[in-house]
Amino acid sequence: MQDRDAIDEIDRQIIRATQAGLPLTPRPYAAIAEQLGLSADVVMARLRAMQERGVIRRIGAVPNHYKLGYRANGMTVWDVPDEAIDALGARVGALDAVSHCYHRPRHRPDWPYNLFAMVHGRTREEVERETARIAALLGEANRGHAVLYSTRILKKTGLRIGD
Amino acid sequence: MNALERTLINGLQGGFPICERPYLAVAERLGLTEEAVIEGLRGLLDQGILSRFGPLYHAERMGGALSLAALAVPEADFERVVAEVNAFPEVAHNYARDHALNMWFVLATEKPERKAEVIAGIEAATGLKVHDMPKLAEYYVGLRLEV
Repeated sequence: MQDRDAIDEIDRQIIRATQAGLPLTPRPYAAIAEQLGLSADVVMARLRAMQERGVIRRIGAVPNHYKLGYRANGMTVWDVPDEAIDALGARVGALDAVSHCYHRPRHRPDWPYNLFAMVHGRTREEVERETARIAALLGEANRGHAVLYSTRILKKTGLRIGD
Repeated sequence: MNALERTLINGLQGGFPICERPYLAVAERLGLTEEAVIEGLRGLLDQGILSRFGPLYHAERMGGALSLAALAVPEADFERVVAEVNAFPEVAHNYARDHALNMWFVLATEKPERKAEVIAGIEAATGLKVHDMPKLAEYYVGLRLEV
């Protein structure tokens, strides 16, 4: 957001060519390079540089939680004092079952919660045990919380940048 | 799921190499053949056990915007609203959740200024208020699922 020059047009082309996935061929980077009219070395150097800058978080398999038996997907949300949220968020994020942990804005009166921690479990009981653990960790800083289970995936395409 | 598939899922959630023959490099690390890695991944993707294999991009670092947004959708209108919201290519993920705010989606836009346009577009199409909840701080992102 702060740096609009974080990626250039060549990076953008490489992102477009790989955002749906890497080719499943022995030389995947060469395959991308060929498609874009670049050399394999350029594609690999660009990907390495994007990884170093954090534009690429990681390269690898993105498992479908549901298919792996993690069917209970609970978005736990907490109302904690704003002045304490950074310290509390770091502790909640360090828990094994928490996959994402963020500070987000409240939308009063509908939505008093400012700390979001996504918890994955095989069952709702597992998610509830983890929720109790987070509640214990927060102690009196927890002024209210809720667990929102996902009941249906309506769309899952991942990030897309357009043409 | 067979032993090969388990090995691939546990061994390939991060750290895939950038080199001429990365599947071969992984195969050597995992004690497999290059072909077994490639065909194994293909099978996992075909079965939907993996939703994707490749680079995971960080929208904000690309200069774009990423946000989580929620709607309170009347049950009777739910399917219509799903179609209207999903029609926006900037909507990356969308989940039904059991709360008064019952639809939660991730917006990813290539340019930061596009986010407000998409939100206005969704509000116009659905007639509902979009609760925009952009990330103010990130404490942790990542999860290893052992299978």
